[in-house]
Amino acid sequence: MGDFILQRASSYAGDIDNLILLITVLVGVWFFLVEGMFFYLLWKFRAKDGQKGQYITGKEKHLKRWINIPHGIVLACDVVIIVFAINVWYNVKQSLPDAESTIRVIGQQWAWIFQQPGADNTLDTDDDIFTTDDLYVSNETTYHFHLVSRDVIHDFSVPVFRLKQDAIPGRSITGWFRPTQTGTFDVQCAEMCGIGHGVMSGRIHVQTAAEHSAWVAANSPAAGE
Amino acid sequence: MSHAVTADSHGHAHDAHDHGPQGILKYIWSTDHKIIAMQYMFTGMIMALIGGFMAYVFRMQLAFPGQSVPGFGVVSPGEYNSLVTNHGSIMIFWVAMPVLIAAFGNYLIPLMTGADDMVFPRINRLSYQIFLISAILIIASLFVSGGGFGGAWTAYPPLSSMSEYSLTKLGSSMWLLAVALEFVAFLLGGINFIVTLMNARAPGMKAYDIPIVCWMIVIASILFMLSVGPLIAGAVMLLFDQMIGTGFFDPTRGGDPVLWQHLFWFFGHPEVYVVLLPAIGIVIEIIATFARKQLFGYKIILYTAIVTGILSFFVWAHHQFIAGIDPRMANVFTVTTLLISVPIAEMMFVTVATLYGGSIRFTTPMLWALAFVAEFLIGGVTGIFLGASGSDIYLHDTYFVLAHFHYTFFPIAIIGTFAGFTYWFPKMFGKMMNETLGKIHFWGTIISFNFIFIPLFFLGIGGQHRRIYNYENFPDLIAGQPLRVVATVAMLAMLAFQVVFFINLFSSLKSGKKAGNNPWKANTLEWTTTSPPPHGNWPQDEMPKVYRGPYEYSHPDRDEDYWPQNLPS
Repeated sequence: MGDFILQRASSYAGDIDNLILLITVLVGVWFFLVEGMFFYLLWKFRAKDGQKGQYITGKEKHLKRWINIPHGIVLACDVVIIVFAINVWYNVKQSLPDAESTIRVIGQQWAWIFQQPGADNTLDTDDDIFTTDDLYVSNETTYHFHLVSRDVIHDFSVPVFRLKQDAIPGRSITGWFRPTQTGTFDVQCAEMCGIGHGVMSGRIHVQTAAEHSAWVAANSPAAGE
Repeated sequence: MSHAVTADSHGHAHDAHDHGPQGILKYIWSTDHKIIAMQYMFTGMIMALIGGFMAYVFRMQLAFPGQSVPGFGVVSPGEYNSLVTNHGSIMIFWVAMPVLIAAFGNYLIPLMTGADDMVFPRINRLSYQIFLISAILIIASLFVSGGGFGGAWTAYPPLSSMSEYSLTKLGSSMWLLAVALEFVAFLLGGINFIVTLMNARAPGMKAYDIPIVCWMIVIASILFMLSVGPLIAGAVMLLFDQMIGTGFFDPTRGGDPVLWQHLFWFFGHPEVYVVLLPAIGIVIEIIATFARKQLFGYKIILYTAIVTGILSFFVWAHHQFIAGIDPRMANVFTVTTLLISVPIAEMMFVTVATLYGGSIRFTTPMLWALAFVAEFLIGGVTGIFLGASGSDIYLHDTYFVLAHFHYTFFPIAIIGTFAGFTYWFPKMFGKMMNETLGKIHFWGTIISFNFIFIPLFFLGIGGQHRRIYNYENFPDLIAGQPLRVVATVAMLAMLAFQVVFFINLFSSLKSGKKAGNNPWKANTLEWTTTSPPPHGNWPQDEMPKVYRGPYEYSHPDRDEDYWPQNLPS
């Protein structure tokens, strides 16, 4: 969740982490409250010699509030979580900021194929660069990706970006990310895709803008080829 | 009215018994609900041992990748996938379902409602026989050429539908057939539970006099019957895709793979409550008995169970937030999913509130029941992270999910079962279990359970995905190896502690203290007959009548702190 467990390397990673933190605090309070009450009651009302239990049905109004008031507060907590969760969801999955570059991610048994534009920065032209299992992107650049699958369902997951999306055969799913840290990170396939699922690992290389243009220039197929 | 029906069917049942099979056949070919319950119980236990062995093999592979696992050998990726797939399938369909619904439902519903047997005893027998065939089929599927099915227990097509992708042509089909047969078995059993509870109750037992556990099992059966239809339809479509080349889930021929996910989870989420409700029922019976307390709000529990059941039909797509559904749909399902936390939280509050003012005895069954509450809470609150769409983007399909649902399913299927089994053991076999061994088994299991799954929460938060047979392929995940070893060692400890249970089980069966009719001084009807109860449950002229609710403990007007349902005053 926090930076201390896994670093954040995309523009929305912090939003998702904050949501997780908010939920942790809210449910954490409830959790310790209920467990505390539970163990307190167990200790307080342990059987003692010659002492009968009390006859409490829970039907009286002043007793019912012990259930009804927490009920209301749980509902309020739920509403808070819903508002923040939908807000994060909207920003990450439902809205699509303008792209500075567009790539295609192709899942197949059992490799990732990455297709990205060459010097013209336009996808599906002659100078596109294809790589397998290694994706090179430029830092602080907003990318759109078109996610497709050639066979079964895969899932493109980059934990440091907090990015995850299933790849469905027969569909092209568009999403976005914006790296905020240079470095090399894991890409995992997160959906069972057959015998090679465990080796369907990729690496994403986030480069500075200068490094990335050098990489594009060095790897572009020769013009006119 | 219901009395007449009971007395009548009772006469028939006795006839069948007198001319029925004798000797060993009596146990195999019986229509007695108690024997069928034991058949389900012990089949479930054997399947749990098989599922546990699978967990042992793949956890060893995760802690010590590539090394030979004692008792199995080196685990290949295909075998690994098959092990995790069948571990999940077996633990849910062949352990949780048969034990919690079929075994406890069969044993308890007639005994607790004062009936002499199920209303349809032969359908009941058929239910178990079909279940047994399905269990044999799922085990057999592991040994056919190509190996067992390895496409996860959710069986998403096209991986599950096309053998060129899964490479387990026979295994996939046998897995699917086994699951479908298992559903048939539980549909037959479910009909029985519902009809018996509705029609065959003892005279005087009104709706609110029914013990909660019977309500829970019947509500669960109704949920199962309403939700399983779409999945059976889906299973037939998937079987056609596999066997005769239709393309329901094949996008190249106009099909849609995501359709299966909807059909599967429309069943799959209510299924969680199908096993949860009986477990909560068992726990509530035990807590009321050993706290010597009237339940805090009988009706609240009943109604929250019904509300949970209804809501559970509107949450299924929270399993599919990032599975390619329209992103706008995620908002709807986030709302419904978080709302379902309200009735479940309320049920937990009521259970905790029941302890207030009690006189709590910490017997082994009570410890299990209390542990259910304490551990299930962890499973409950971690569900919020996954039901909220925004955080699910990151946590989906990680070990966080895995740890979350083991904190729900382990309390349900293992803790709940041990609670019920140790509580009703004196009734089932007429002997008491050893309390010291019981407590050693309890603490060993509970402590090691937490050491298995708490590390997995952290691995999940650290971005480790599920169903990967060797994390050495992922540089960012290598640092988590010590946590994987901790989980595996804890699992070995937990398996070792189960030996204590079996020693206790067999030594108590052989030489346990005699139980008597009502060793726990409980109120419900099953404690009014002998232990174990005779065929027909009560002598024909002593069928019980009911005068009050099941939880009249510590009543101020009585010297004794319990007041059985069948006492006239």
